[in-house]
Amino acid sequence: MLDVDWQFFVLLMSNGILIGLMYSLIALGFVLVYKATDAINFAQGEFVMIAGFVAAAFLGVYGAPLWLAIAAGLAGMVGFGFGLERVVLRRLIGRPIIAVVMATIGLAAILRGVGPLTWGAETKPLPLPIRDEPFVWGPLFIPPIQLVGAAVSIGFLVAFGWFFLKSRRGIAMRAVADSQQVAMAMGINVERYFALAWAMTGVVSALGGIIWGSLIGVDVFLALVGFKVFPVVILGGLDSIPGAILGGLIIGIVENVAAGYLDPYVGGGTKDFAPYVVMILALMFRPYGIFGKRIIERV
Amino acid sequence: MIHRECGVFKTTYEADMALYPLPIARWTVAAIAVLMFLMLPLSVEEYYLSIVNLISIAVIGALGLNILVGYTGQISVGHGAFMSVGAYTAANFAVRLDFPFWLSLPLGGLMAAAVGAVVGVPSLRIKGLYLAIATLAGQLIIEWTINHVTFISGGVQASIEVPRPRLFGYTIHSQRHMYFFLLFFVVLALVGTMNLVRSRIGRAFVAIRDHDIAAEIIGINIFRYKLLAFAISSFYAGVTGVLYTYYLGVANYEQYQLVVSIDYLAMIIIGGLGSVLGSVFGAIFVTLLPILIRYAMEAFGGILFSASAVLNIIPNLRLILFGALIILFLVVEPEGLNRLWRNIRTYFRVWPFAY
Repeated sequence: MLDVDWQFFVLLMSNGILIGLMYSLIALGFVLVYKATDAINFAQGEFVMIAGFVAAAFLGVYGAPLWLAIAAGLAGMVGFGFGLERVVLRRLIGRPIIAVVMATIGLAAILRGVGPLTWGAETKPLPLPIRDEPFVWGPLFIPPIQLVGAAVSIGFLVAFGWFFLKSRRGIAMRAVADSQQVAMAMGINVERYFALAWAMTGVVSALGGIIWGSLIGVDVFLALVGFKVFPVVILGGLDSIPGAILGGLIIGIVENVAAGYLDPYVGGGTKDFAPYVVMILALMFRPYGIFGKRIIERV
Repeated sequence: MIHRECGVFKTTYEADMALYPLPIARWTVAAIAVLMFLMLPLSVEEYYLSIVNLISIAVIGALGLNILVGYTGQISVGHGAFMSVGAYTAANFAVRLDFPFWLSLPLGGLMAAAVGAVVGVPSLRIKGLYLAIATLAGQLIIEWTINHVTFISGGVQASIEVPRPRLFGYTIHSQRHMYFFLLFFVVLALVGTMNLVRSRIGRAFVAIRDHDIAAEIIGINIFRYKLLAFAISSFYAGVTGVLYTYYLGVANYEQYQLVVSIDYLAMIIIGGLGSVLGSVFGAIFVTLLPILIRYAMEAFGGILFSASAVLNIIPNLRLILFGALIILFLVVEPEGLNRLWRNIRTYFRVWPFAY
């Protein structure tokens, strides 16, 4: 009996870790934008969804090969990120925080309407050339697509780590994040780095959309993964890339373990509930998160 | 309320704070009252009255949210959930204990106020984005709780049927009756809000919005007034939920999901933050938008698209227009419809000598 319990726990943990890393992938997009531009993206889930829609449409509706669909998703999201910054968010710089929050909520509504309006509301498959049967190894039970997602997530962590620590643009972006005025005085083109940050978010969202889309299919419900972003980033720290990874891991583990042990008693839905309880605890005791900057504005 | 005056000569604070700055304002209000109480309900069909009723409910909710967001400067993404708290409280009291509506309605409001104040507690430590996310968590957790606790939700469907409200022996069963029933509460909410924001409490709210640290330094008890703002705002939301429950005849959590919170935020942004009239404009606008889109698409959509395509287009077009309008107002006219209305008024005030 004890043995079975132990195996069940290991299974929940491994699932949690893999799903958590896939959450991190989406949370990374949010963190990038917040880090560089101080803007809060309530439409992160919809970014992922629309990227999935573009890729699935290229694959299914237009019959393009896979590499073209992925390229189209990436290019579309980069262009979209640039355009969004240019047309909407640049005009909202310096306005109260609710303005940016509401603008991205409005954007979320638009994207939720545009996706199904253009490509149809039915769930579209997004098959990747990855085998479907899971790897079974002792108590572990690992779908390959989740391994790919986790690998992409860790890949981004390494890439962004290098980018922000070593590359010229990354250092400039950190300067912009630190103080826009000083960065401007030092000759950094702040607006260009804002646009770059949104474009990078576009890249992350596009890959997130393709991987999540192939896991659960592409329709408007794909945007719901965006709800997991907030617990992840609050827990990890809003402006920390390692925080997004660690927060994703914790949230993934918490929701899987909670769902595994509590769902039979409360009748389901713990997966959507537990992360927010963790988040409220984080807000109470450590509102700047595990790795976040300690300057959260207090009253 | 277009009127002309030939100068502002206010010499007392009372005159400056008066609800009716000029006699003509009194007459305008009287004219609107006659229109709303007599002409509209007697001349309009039931179907259109049902739309007006939806607007009335939205006006109360928007006023409440505007007190919190527009006047006190605290974000709440959880108002849909506060409405559901009011709705289920009233429904449970009405069904289990057979309470009449005039008891269950304030009880629903008070319960929502209590829950709202609890959700508002984080606002004492955090603000802005963090508060938005904390209230979002409140919304999702309340939704989940109502859905999963059968004591509250009354069973698998999570919906409770409520009896029709009765007043002086009459049962409110038609839209026309409902119209007068709701109009009473709209007037109450309007007058209440207008008086609240020009009172000591309202001034304290505005001071907190403008700069909370400065407000604390001049002696405003931030703790008390922030929680008060959350409680008052949630009370309005709870009453909105109760009224909507009586309007539908059933309390159902699906009517109060996150989308509703966002709808109400859109109302006050499109209408105008920190303005009573703006809340009314926003409520009218956002309530009418989907109805107008449906009419337009049913009338003209058939020319361009097939019937099944039109069915797909209507909800999506609503989302797109809704989002686009929020962004448009934020970028172009942050003060909303209320500002546009003021601009029109100012233009005609000096018309035709606009120099």
